[in-house]
Amino acid sequence: MPLFEAKHLHKRFGDAVVLEDISLSFDEGRLSGIMGPNGAGKTTCFNVLTGRYKPDRGEVRFDDRVITGATPRAIARLGISRSFQVMNLFNDYTALDNIMVALPAVRRRGFDAWSDLASDSSAQDEAAGVLTRVGLAGRERIPAKSLPYGERRALEIAVALAAQPRLLFLDEPTAGLGTEGTARLSALIAELKRTLTIVVIEHDMHFLFGLADRISVIHWGQVIAEGTPDELRADPWVRRSNLGALEQ
Amino acid sequence: MSARPRAAFVPLPMLLLLVGLASAPLWLTRVGLYQYLALEIMIWMLFALGYNLLLGYGGLPSFGHGAFFGIGAYAFGLLQLRLWPNLWFDLIGAAVIAAAFGAVVAAFISHRRGIYYALLTIAFGQVFWFVAIKWHSVTGGEDGLLNIKRLRADFGYASFDLASNQALYYFAFGIFTLAVFALWRLVHSPFGRILTAIKQNEMRAAFVGHDVWLYKWIAFTLSAAVAGVAGALFAMAQQSAYPNVMSLHSSGFVVMMVLIGGGLVSFWGPVLGALFFILARDLLGAYTETWLLWYGLLFMAMVLWQPEGIAGAWQAWRRTHRPAAPALAASKAA
Repeated sequence: MPLFEAKHLHKRFGDAVVLEDISLSFDEGRLSGIMGPNGAGKTTCFNVLTGRYKPDRGEVRFDDRVITGATPRAIARLGISRSFQVMNLFNDYTALDNIMVALPAVRRRGFDAWSDLASDSSAQDEAAGVLTRVGLAGRERIPAKSLPYGERRALEIAVALAAQPRLLFLDEPTAGLGTEGTARLSALIAELKRTLTIVVIEHDMHFLFGLADRISVIHWGQVIAEGTPDELRADPWVRRSNLGALEQ
Repeated sequence: MSARPRAAFVPLPMLLLLVGLASAPLWLTRVGLYQYLALEIMIWMLFALGYNLLLGYGGLPSFGHGAFFGIGAYAFGLLQLRLWPNLWFDLIGAAVIAAAFGAVVAAFISHRRGIYYALLTIAFGQVFWFVAIKWHSVTGGEDGLLNIKRLRADFGYASFDLASNQALYYFAFGIFTLAVFALWRLVHSPFGRILTAIKQNEMRAAFVGHDVWLYKWIAFTLSAAVAGVAGALFAMAQQSAYPNVMSLHSSGFVVMMVLIGGGLVSFWGPVLGALFFILARDLLGAYTETWLLWYGLLFMAMVLWQPEGIAGAWQAWRRTHRPAAPALAASKAA
């Protein structure tokens, strides 16, 4: 049984149908990819899956529980975490503080109005551990807004990781990264993949084909092809389309 | 990893502030000030500090906060005149009533932020102000509530007469000390840190699982409660409560205090701002009726050239003169 399942999702904005009967499922322990050209509905799809938008129709299940239309907060608390394509950090906070305020242990103490969070060494150690995991050790004290772009990308993922998710959604993690940055991110995600269920939206084919166990191709708001990277390489539609051409 | 700067339990500025205020009656006449002025400054400092929890730490602009100051003043007067003239009962009652009104308003606005939030707070502020003017039988209309007493402070083993300005000043100082300390703890607690995270990025805060609405609601309610306490002290100081303090321009005063003082970059900004504002009112006001014009121009200059206020200017000066102390730049974050 898949860990996460979406069935027959529909979403429209005004007259524009963005998602038309999309069904997706993600297995535990796998890295699943969603790809498609710009404007195909990938990000909208992500936003529906993670609670930012309510679908007009359809059902979303996580761990055998219906979460259709649940708030981002509720979904986060169930163990689904996400990063954003456009950087979404706590800019004035240091890298460490970005992680600290996202830790479930700190969240649970959110209405503690007395203790000093800065002297909470267990939360600090945990946060420092998350930063180390994404290769940001030594950058704890630097404000998020002062970090170089590539490190901000890593921090973006780290904030999502801080929530200790069972399922991690990454929205275009390579956006704006050069070849070297992409390679480094690739290594990071390959490492995370060993312990986490991950779903990645990407339009960088090379990146996705190298990492994903399964890929769904979305176009015109529909899933037009699905399979392992090898199966997709053989898929006539993918071969004929731009997507396939890009991959060669 | 190097140790992170933590908030001192009682930081140096707090110590200096409290020592300064405690000793003020000894020296203020020598610098040309008077006891009542010091009392009023302290009351506004308290109001501004509570307000800054919302504006500086929550990033939530309320332009109708004078309402809660006024509600505190009226509540204190009404409880005293109609229910039970007991200082503690009336004071706590004023805080609870202001918090209750704040809680109701916050329930209507906490899903908003930015300009919509600000507009809604103005609307609510105007409603309360209008009610205060029109509901004669309760509020006394435009004349307000008169004959509010400075009740005795009864501590069981001893009781103090607060009739003199100096006695009331020291009573207010006690409350101020407790409030400053509590607010200082609050902004460095997990609650305060998450509130400021929400200020920076509300959407991300929701996506890591925080109940954004609830944090905003609590911040508003708490700051309304502090405003209520300040209002009650003001009613005692003035021995009356009147609708003027609830007006839109009076609500604007606290915003100007916090911004000029530098509440957006420092916990102590509102303290500096309140001091500066009331002194400016008194000193400029002695020369000209139109002091607010000059103050307004000063405010505009500040927003243009020194938007981080007095505290921001101080921090910038410290940064250039003490480059080895980056911890200060991060003192708000600490």
